[in-house]
Amino acid sequence: MHAVVVENIVKNYKIKKSEITALKGVSFEVSRGEIFGIIGPDGAGKTSLFRILTTLLLADSGKALVDGYDVVRDFKTIRGLVGYMPGRFSLYQDLSVSENLEFFATIFSTSIEENYHLVKDIYQQIEPFKTRRAGQLSGGMKQKLALCCALIHKPSVLFLDEPTTGVDAVSRKEFWEMLYRLKAQGITILVSTAYMDEASLCDRVALIQKGNILSVDSPGGIISRFPSPLWAVRATDMYRLMQDIRNHPATLSCYPFGQYHHVVFRDGYEGRQELQAIIEHGRYQQAMVDTIRPNIEDCFMALMKN
Amino acid sequence: MEKVIVARQLTKRFGNFTAVDHISFDVAKGGIFGFLGANGAGKTTAIRMLCGLSLPTSGSATVAGYDVYRENEKIKRNIGYMSQKFSLYEDLTIRENIRFYAGIYGLTDIRIKEKTDLLLKQLQMEGQENSLVRSLPLGWKQKLAFSIAIVHDPALVFLDEPTAGVDPITRREFWSLIYEASSRGITIFVTTHYMDEAEYCNRVSIMVDGKIEALESPLQLMNDFRAASMDEVFLQLARKATRVVE
Amino acid sequence: MRQFLIFVKKEWFHIWRDRRTLFILIWMPVAQIVLYGFALTNEVKNSRIAVLDLSNDPASTALSQRIDASRYFEVIRYLHSYREIEETFRQGKIRLAVVLPKGFGDDLLHSNHAQIQLIADASDPNTANTLTNYATAIINDYQKSLNQDQELPYQIRAQVRMLYNPELKGAYNFVPGVMALVLMLVCAMMTSIAIVREKEMGTMEVILVSPLRPFKIILAKTIPYLIISTLNIATILLLSVFVLDVPITGSLVLLIAESILFTITSLSIGLLISIGAKTQQAAMFTSMMSLFLPTLLFAGFLFPVENMPLPLQIISNVVPAKWYYIIVKAVMIKGLGIMSIWKETLVLVGMTVVLLIFSISRFKIRLG
Repeated sequence: MHAVVVENIVKNYKIKKSEITALKGVSFEVSRGEIFGIIGPDGAGKTSLFRILTTLLLADSGKALVDGYDVVRDFKTIRGLVGYMPGRFSLYQDLSVSENLEFFATIFSTSIEENYHLVKDIYQQIEPFKTRRAGQLSGGMKQKLALCCALIHKPSVLFLDEPTTGVDAVSRKEFWEMLYRLKAQGITILVSTAYMDEASLCDRVALIQKGNILSVDSPGGIISRFPSPLWAVRATDMYRLMQDIRNHPATLSCYPFGQYHHVVFRDGYEGRQELQAIIEHGRYQQAMVDTIRPNIEDCFMALMKN
Repeated sequence: MEKVIVARQLTKRFGNFTAVDHISFDVAKGGIFGFLGANGAGKTTAIRMLCGLSLPTSGSATVAGYDVYRENEKIKRNIGYMSQKFSLYEDLTIRENIRFYAGIYGLTDIRIKEKTDLLLKQLQMEGQENSLVRSLPLGWKQKLAFSIAIVHDPALVFLDEPTAGVDPITRREFWSLIYEASSRGITIFVTTHYMDEAEYCNRVSIMVDGKIEALESPLQLMNDFRAASMDEVFLQLARKATRVVE
Repeated sequence: MRQFLIFVKKEWFHIWRDRRTLFILIWMPVAQIVLYGFALTNEVKNSRIAVLDLSNDPASTALSQRIDASRYFEVIRYLHSYREIEETFRQGKIRLAVVLPKGFGDDLLHSNHAQIQLIADASDPNTANTLTNYATAIINDYQKSLNQDQELPYQIRAQVRMLYNPELKGAYNFVPGVMALVLMLVCAMMTSIAIVREKEMGTMEVILVSPLRPFKIILAKTIPYLIISTLNIATILLLSVFVLDVPITGSLVLLIAESILFTITSLSIGLLISIGAKTQQAAMFTSMMSLFLPTLLFAGFLFPVENMPLPLQIISNVVPAKWYYIIVKAVMIKGLGIMSIWKETLVLVGMTVVLLIFSISRFKIRLG
């Protein structure tokens, strides 16, 4: 049985007089013990999706099952089973670290001792601060505490809504290491993020943009389905180079990617010749041209354009 | 070369806590300067001092030629500022927002009209100027906010994580705007958590525990740290951090 | 049960650690009692008056002195002519003028009746009334003292007796009013704020996705304020009895029972407000506008409801504080028992039940 099943979920919002469709019929499945990523920018519909799956919102149409239970009919059961971490504000700022944890443990009718082994790795990092008020912790520590609170009752499915947003790079890395250890314990994890690079850390991902799922697959699978060869090119004067490439009729897209520009050509064009021509014509120095394996961001952008 | 920012031993203390610890750096005119650092490293405090919003405890700095202690009002008039939290007024239209901010920056009515037309064209929002900002997609809002931040053609513009949470295509389109502004001579001072964006900058500085631990071009840094990307450089430096409180 | 208790414990932490609000909650009733009991009074004391004694005989002099000696009046001027009266009024120096005509003493002693003129500044009609009443009372007193046991035929004497509050002390009126106000504020407003704070902070999402029943959440949020309110009631009653000399004439047990009932009424109103409000500010504002003001205006302790136009009287029936105020006055000041107030009690019970059922059923178990 799948841990999570989503079938054609649609969600609309009414803001003043206009109606916005946050989710336009999304479907996917999550297997037990997977780390499943929902990857997409702000406004894509990630939070709405999570709220529907955790029974906090009712979808306008479609069906969803968590651990076999229906999110509408069996919401009480689901609320006792899942762990939920809704982004930044899931802690009591004026309660201490240990008070927060004790609170969440107790309302799930368990205790810190009972499931300590689950949170031990994480909790040990914040334990020195256990009497400090949650409001006085740094972003990274708040996230660790919030994760502990979501885990302490040994949920079967863990929903983490943008847990790494606004957190420094080191804490982000540590957080993902913690998620791997949790996966080893058999917990199914759904995590949403706007950071494309985090997609490669998941077992499978769903790319979502403006309420639509662009693709569902393992990161490798998505990358392998990139439609054309991808070229990376660099030279001096990158800005002018980008404009020259974009103006070329053979070019489908050219985007800056740090030190290189990533270029995709239209069908029928190989690519290297065109690039050499542009470089010569513009008298660029120290040019480097090569094909590369696309990353998730490349794939996302290609899918967006369709 | 003309310098738009000169900071020497700039320090800010809050009681016993030294948020910014004797930082020194220069920013040349016309470049894109990346100001990086983990949350809590002291970035926001440093930016506040440079914008004339907060008085330093010690040290000196001039921004756009004006002293941060004595001439902070002049600084404010000569810089632009945009952040994630910088909001356009959601319940005003695009045109009204432009008019409002341009007015605050002291542009004449004629200039405002010119600028409005120019902006709308640049952003491809012609015909939409009477839409409420609230109804715009996030990417459009960001681009609009940036254009408004430089509507008065300041010498320098501060961008505080301007592309957070934005989709990858819009993010790059945003950087096209940044390049375009840079080519017009506006110096860009940007903070970001996206390390690939750090690579678009001419120079970057990385703050750790209130001090500047690196101040080079991205290429040079990657060389120094034997890293394949700015991401790796950043991780190596950030790991050294001892400060844990925000 | 443990679930529930830890939630109550959490709520206590929130209240206890918010020092500023806690301070207000505990000291507010004290401040209000002191304010209303001492400073604000619609009693009249040391009102400035003038006396025009055209007679200047022992009787008139004695009467003038009596008036001056009373704590209600302070004779600031002894006038010498009628013209001066108008002048002094115009200068705003006096509220009342007592005119004792020529031959006052003679008339009194020989023809058994005499006339006195009382001229009052009626631009404030209430005060004018009060002052003339006081003056008349003093004059009657004086008359009686002159007559002793002498029986005088065809004398119409106005007898005035002030029930329950012979000294006409304002505190008797205000203490029940303050109780209603304080309970309403603490319970309704603070409860609604406590619930909405959870929504605003984002933690409501997390506790909804838990086995904790929404009903228990509500209960846990209200219980700390129930306890604080009981504390407040005790404080007010102690202050009233020992500092303001307002006795508890009736049954203390009944008084406390009714107060607890009213507390629950207020709590359910707070619950209702919390459902609609999205921010703590909105909750506070709604509480202020829909509770504090109506309680102040319609409970009846500042302005008598019977004097209001009919539509407003009807509105006042909807304000729970009005019924509580009647009950407290009945039990505390008049010393009446449950038999006299069963109707009002029933009204409060009815309101509470309706409010509770309505708001609990409307409590949002989902977002958006």
